[in-house]
This record gives sequence, structure tokens and C-alpha cells, in this order.
Amino acid sequence: MNLDACIQNATQTLIDHVEELTTLDQAIGDGDHGLNMKRGSLAIQAKLPSLEGQPMAAVLKALGMTCMSTIGGSSGPVFGTLLVTLSKELPESASAADCARALQRGIEALTRLGKAEVGQKTLLDVLDPVRKILQDMPTDMPKAEMLARVRQGAHDAAAATAAMAAIKGRASFLGERADGHIDPGSRSMALIIGAVCDRL
Amino acid sequence: MKKLINDIEQVLAESLDGFAAAHADIVSLGAERQFVQRRTPKPGKVALISGGGSGHEPLHAGFVGHGMLDAACPGQVFTSPTPNQMLAAAQAVDGGAGVLFIVKNYSGDMMNFQMAAEMLDRDNATVIVNDDVAVENSTYTTGRRGVAGTLIVERIVGAAAERGASLAELKAQGDAVNKATASMGVALTSCIVPAAGRPTFQIGVDEMELGVGIHGEPGRRRVKLARADAIAGEMLSAILGDLGPRRGSEVLLLVNGFGGTPAMELYLMVNAARRVLEGRGLVISRYLTGSLVTSLEMAGCSLTVTVLDEPLGALWDAPVHTAALRWGV
Repeated sequence: MNLDACIQNATQTLIDHVEELTTLDQAIGDGDHGLNMKRGSLAIQAKLPSLEGQPMAAVLKALGMTCMSTIGGSSGPVFGTLLVTLSKELPESASAADCARALQRGIEALTRLGKAEVGQKTLLDVLDPVRKILQDMPTDMPKAEMLARVRQGAHDAAAATAAMAAIKGRASFLGERADGHIDPGSRSMALIIGAVCDRL
Repeated sequence: MKKLINDIEQVLAESLDGFAAAHADIVSLGAERQFVQRRTPKPGKVALISGGGSGHEPLHAGFVGHGMLDAACPGQVFTSPTPNQMLAAAQAVDGGAGVLFIVKNYSGDMMNFQMAAEMLDRDNATVIVNDDVAVENSTYTTGRRGVAGTLIVERIVGAAAERGASLAELKAQGDAVNKATASMGVALTSCIVPAAGRPTFQIGVDEMELGVGIHGEPGRRRVKLARADAIAGEMLSAILGDLGPRRGSEVLLLVNGFGGTPAMELYLMVNAARRVLEGRGLVISRYLTGSLVTSLEMAGCSLTVTVLDEPLGALWDAPVHTAALRWGV
């Protein structure tokens, strides 16, 4: 696995989608999500060379700390906590089941942090469906098919947040007006997962 | 977008440098512009630290100084600061009596300040301000937004801290002031986040957003622009419905501009609000008027009412010497 390529592709994908993320967040939030993700992505890209050759756990932890200290807003603590949790839970060469277990720990950490649950129009609504897909993945499935399934599942889950009413996070302040809009954090999460799948 | 800027990336840094230069008698800028701190801290006093996204100036840095905050941590525009900023600020201004964080109830601010509080290895407590009655979903822990009432909490708790109150006393005082305070806003135009370059929301020339938040985020209703008296009446009806003050109560009225509304209109709103409050049998014993908790160039205003008693009034009147508020000195 080329961790470096995964991270490069995920951060670059976020930077390439900054306009779309801004538009999504202006519809139901305060419009800063795209720029926050771009700032974090640039900070991670700047950090990457110094992490070359380090074990995956150390890299993921360093990226999590970079998120927390550069992004701000809700996204800094959320993506930072997710990465730090994965750094502790994800074995070096992880199976689909390993990934499902690590994601479960990540979901638990985010639930504690944001006091949000699945179904409340947050990025947990991408993480949890992806976790289920990974958990139910037949072990004999070709790798390319597994990755395609995860990628598709993440994008479908993000799209499905449009039908949800927000009751957590900043979008929650808008009540019914948030209906019909995709949650920007969920879109970012799906973009990251898709970009990582493309390089695995 | 028409703004007085050089490079979009440098807006915050250059504005902070200018602020620090203009108010060098009161504040200094921390390393890497992580925080603005009071130039002459008072040893033995509980340190008051606030902060939040930028774009609401003069909140919070403009309220650093004698009788108010000891430090303010500025985040990017409309983005909460990061935990390391709060930790650095606490390191710089802790006078040995503990640290009180004053946080507006927005999920990003809450998470970043909570992380800082957990990492901080000294006595600390947090007052959460959630004075905005516009969007009520208190069933959920994210609850109401913290808006212009934050400055009232910072002022009164700041005065109490200056008099030597303990961390526990200040935490209780802050919670009490927050509970006695309610706000609601109205926007006539949108703000433009510099890095986004376009208005945060579209609004017709004859429309207003009632219950708007301080980031231009939607409120209760999008309606036709009404007369000032009707706007004041509707906002105060929500505010008083929340506070439920008894007839004859003393109140503080804050009419706060969002950045794009002239003082002439703010004072007209003071007059409109005064008629409503006095009509309800309330005694306005203190006024504060100005663009103090802004939303970049958004036009509109918020009304905030705090129910006062004798001690709260005295704390409000105590000397304060900051960039944006100054009296009794």
C-alpha cells in the first residue's frame, strides 16, 4: 500500500472540490467548510515529507494533530480525532474487517466528541454505512471490487444526507431548511474515502 | 467582492497587526498571532480567555483589557481557533488563580475549547453563552447560538474578576448572566467571507432574514422588510418571551450593529426598542449601542436584553478599559 499516494490524492481531491464544498456549506452552514478543508489539506501536504518512511500509525497520528492545530471550526477536532483514533486502531496491513473495527472505534470517539449519533446528518452518516459495507465484505471478493463497493457506498451515503434533517452540528440551527441539502462534512468524508480507495 | 485587502490569505494577520499597533497601550500580540493579550496582567486574578472565529470585530480582541478579558484567541474568518491557541494564551495570562474560558455556543468553538480545557494542566472552568432565542432547539445539546450577549457576559464577569472573585464564583456569575440575557438578530444584506469572495446568502432588496446568526446563517424566517417598529416588536417579543421579566424589572438594552448598518439606524432601533420595553413596564437602566459583535459587512442588527439587579448593574458600571469599550477610567 502506498500511504503517501493515498494522502496526496485525498488532500488534492479536497482542494479540487473547495468550490463545491463552499457552496454546500453556504446552503446550510456559514460557508467556511471548503476553505477549512483546503487549509488542513495544504498543511498535511506540507507535513508529509517529514513523515516519509515512518510507520502508518505514526503518520496517521501526525496528520490528526495537524488537523487539530490548523483547521479550526468543527472539522479540525472531528477529522483530527478520527485520524488519531485510526492511528491507534488500524493495523499496518489491514483487512476489510480490521478497517470496519477501526472505523467503529472512530465513530465512538466522534460520538463522544460531538455528542452526535448516526442519522443526524453528520459525517457519521458516511462512516457508519462504510463500516457496515466493510464488515459484510466477502473475504474472497477481488480487491478492485471491494474498493469500488466502498467508494460507491461512501458517495451514496453522502448523497443520502440530503434527505435528513440536521439536529446536530452547525446545520442543526437551520431546522427544516437544511432538508434537501447534502451535509458538507459528509461530502468531504466521501471524497476522502473515494480518493483513498483510488490509490489502494 | 469589494474589500480593502492586499492578499486574501493575509487578511487576518494584517488586521491583527494593525489592531495590536493601534491599541499598543492596552494589548500585545502573542507569538505567531495565536492570541491577543492584556498588556498589564494582574497577578492573583482569575484569567478570562475567550475567542472564536474572526469577522465579528471588535469581539473578542477589542474586549481585552482592564475589567474584561485577559486574552482572546482569533480563529480564521468564521472559524473557531484551534486548541493550541487557547493553551498558549492560558500559559501567557494565567495569574495563578485559574483560567475561565468564555465560549459562544457553536459546535466548532465548543469542541476546540473543550479540547483545550482537557489538555490544560491548571484549574479551569468554562462559561457557555447561548443567548440567541431565534432558533430554539434546546431539546438538543447543540442548543441555541451564542451571539451579542457574549460581550455582556465578558463585561460583567470581567468586572467581577477584577475585584478578585474566585474561579468558581466567576463560573457561577457567568452562567447567571447568560441565563438573564437573550438576543435576536435581523439581517438586511449578506456578509461576504473574503476567501469565499461571494455573498454567504442571497436576499432580495425588499427582504430581511429574521433571527439571523452572526455568520449570516439563516434564522427563523425570510420575510418582506417591515417598519423598524414592527421588527423591534417581533424580536423583543421573542426575547421577553424567553426571559419573562416581571413588570418593573431593570434591564440593559444592547442594540448591536452587524457591520453594515449606520449608527443613525441603530439609534432609531434603540428608540423603537425603548418604546416596546417601556410599554411592557420595564425600566431600561443601561444602554449600549454600536457595532460590537459584527458579521463582516452584513447590514442589520441584533437586540439583546439582560435583566439586571443591583449587583449586576454595579459590575456593568465598573471601570473598563479595552479597545472597544471604555468607561469609568
